[in-house]
Amino acid sequence: MATPGTSDPGTWVDRHGDVLVRYAMLRLGDPHLSEDLVQETFLAALKARDTFKGDSSERTWLVGILKHKIADYYRRKVREIPMEESESSQTGGEMTFFNQDGMWKDGPEEWGGDPADLFREKEFLARVTKCVSDLTPRLAHAFTLRDIDGLESREICKVLGVTETNLWVILHRARMLMRRCLEIHWFGGDAGKR
Amino acid sequence: MLSCKDTTRLVSESMDRTLPPGRRLAKRFHLLFCVLCARYERQLFMLREVLKRAGAEEDPPGPDDVTLSPEAKERINKALTRP
Repeated sequence: MATPGTSDPGTWVDRHGDVLVRYAMLRLGDPHLSEDLVQETFLAALKARDTFKGDSSERTWLVGILKHKIADYYRRKVREIPMEESESSQTGGEMTFFNQDGMWKDGPEEWGGDPADLFREKEFLARVTKCVSDLTPRLAHAFTLRDIDGLESREICKVLGVTETNLWVILHRARMLMRRCLEIHWFGGDAGKR
Repeated sequence: MLSCKDTTRLVSESMDRTLPPGRRLAKRFHLLFCVLCARYERQLFMLREVLKRAGAEEDPPGPDDVTLSPEAKERINKALTRP
């Protein structure tokens, strides 16, 4: 039985399960994988129960563990695939967007709609997760750490094991692709006028 | 003058660090005259703003139809309460 101030594992899933899986989805874009990592998180939490000091909320503690699980997953994934030309080189992949003179082929379209409340809109977030899952693991990892979690470049370099110059190129590629993906599937055409 | 390709690179880089003054000026100058790159910059910053709010840790608004499946809940609960 739980004594006051300690964490009762029997209540974890009901109280935090949905939030954790949502947290994972936004950063991984894959429902099965997200569930697996949430399960691992709970089991790791059970083993490490003694380390929960109660000086942060139970939720924050669990999210902290999940963060590590996500980082581990991406690291493993990245090791499996060699760095692609398009991820690392200044010019790679940019042919899709620019002509030989470096001018836009199809420039960004004007986006309709009011972005202020987008972060609450579940269909939009579902689109975001889809677009994240289309990125290569390295791009997805860097992008989610920087633009969703707001981590500093230097910390991300440590996690990813790349130089800052490298990271800037990776983030540039990721943002270019994410923007384009969301333009096509959300903001573009009539969709943006909703 | 910078090309659009170079400018988008600097736009992104400026989201991660303070650009050296020369590059910052070159980027600004380009953006004065290029509607597309100015739009690009606006959209990137807007997206980051939206995503940051969506990613708030404590209670992510998330897509609220994303939930742990009942099967997963049961499976995990069993594992957690195993004596």
